[in-house]
Amino acid sequence: MAIFSRGFSGRPRESNPDLPPGQFLTEDFPVLSAGPTPRLDTADWKFEIKTETGQTLSWNWDELTALGLEDVHTDIHCVTRWSKLGTDWRGISLDKLFEDAETSFDFVMVHSYGGYTTNLPLEDLMNGQAWIATEFGGEPLEPDHGGPARLLVPHLYFWKSAKWVRGITMQRTDSPGFWEQNGYHIYGDPWREERYW
Amino acid sequence: MTFRDWLVGTVVSTTMQTPTAKSIVLDVPGWKGSAAGQHVDVRLTAEDGYQAVRAYSLASTGPGDRVELAVDLIEDGEVSPYLVGELREGDQLEFRGPLGRWFVWKPGDTQPVQLVAGGSGVVPLLAMARAHAASGSEAKFRLLYSVRTPAEVFYADELASLAGPNFEVTFVYTRQTPPGWPHPAGRVSREILGSATIPAAENPAVFVCGPTGFVESVADWLVELGHNALAVKTERFGGN
Repeated sequence: MAIFSRGFSGRPRESNPDLPPGQFLTEDFPVLSAGPTPRLDTADWKFEIKTETGQTLSWNWDELTALGLEDVHTDIHCVTRWSKLGTDWRGISLDKLFEDAETSFDFVMVHSYGGYTTNLPLEDLMNGQAWIATEFGGEPLEPDHGGPARLLVPHLYFWKSAKWVRGITMQRTDSPGFWEQNGYHIYGDPWREERYW
Repeated sequence: MTFRDWLVGTVVSTTMQTPTAKSIVLDVPGWKGSAAGQHVDVRLTAEDGYQAVRAYSLASTGPGDRVELAVDLIEDGEVSPYLVGELREGDQLEFRGPLGRWFVWKPGDTQPVQLVAGGSGVVPLLAMARAHAASGSEAKFRLLYSVRTPAEVFYADELASLAGPNFEVTFVYTRQTPPGWPHPAGRVSREILGSATIPAAENPAVFVCGPTGFVESVADWLVELGHNALAVKTERFGGN
């Protein structure tokens, strides 16, 4: 049972059903990163999927964007408690990228330029739930928000949507990535408030 | 008790650090201490059960029953106006933590440490300077502190007393300097950063904390100045 805070009334109640527990709305787009922002040139950029069979699927920038961008209209939720509703992205569906992947593993480690990693179950990336996003709000994605390309998995807390994404490696077990080793939850469902472990 | 459980602290003292910022010392029986640089979630509950939670860096570090926060007022905020304007001695405050294991300095770390603060971003860095002093660590420490005016310096007296051969403090005033200050007011530049911080060649661990725009600029320049990006840890607040 919580104690009451003498003299605290709070803001007018936000009874927005789109807002997960413990989150507040922001019109801003705050930045959460562990270190400096990598500056990447799309001319040198590539994205790879590696599986346990030794298979490597690889795309350069032109090859990736030629797969076709989808419009994604979605809410995003950061573990630091801000949520942004109705954001507009464009990106390449992970379903397309995994079409030819040969794997029986159930988990992935996502790698970023700059060394950041995050872990997810593969099923959270499939069936129209995840994209490699290259545009936000009709513009190319800015570097501090993960540009030129970031993972977009909006049904999980936003640290899972790895910035500056470089590739995905299949893994047998759900080994923790960077933030997960530094105190954040292994899965990160905002509707169950899976912030820390 | 784990860091996931909500704890109750009793306010034993508050101090206005600047015209808009207040430090708050809580008595928390059974507190297991924190590492320098960690933060807590603070939870407020209204009479109708409505709750608001925000994260604040800890100024305190190490063991003991005392927990110290320092909170800067955000004009249109929901939690900081209450903490800065209303909370007083004897009140109870709920929080949980300590949280975060990345933006942390430990006394066993022997490499040089460069701290770079923008405004209220100095709070977790002060915790590191306190831990450095309390442990007798011989690691070289340096702080570059960007602040608008002399009146807005957090923990000014304590920073002055902590400063010494092993802890050099440099201020950059962005709006107004003290009388007779040798430099005009202005923002941190790449040149200032290059001349007033531990050089990349000494392989320092670097901790940068402040508003997003400040941290973005500083972190970019540090990389340009030759620092290993993996040795530069950042904590940002606010949007863009």
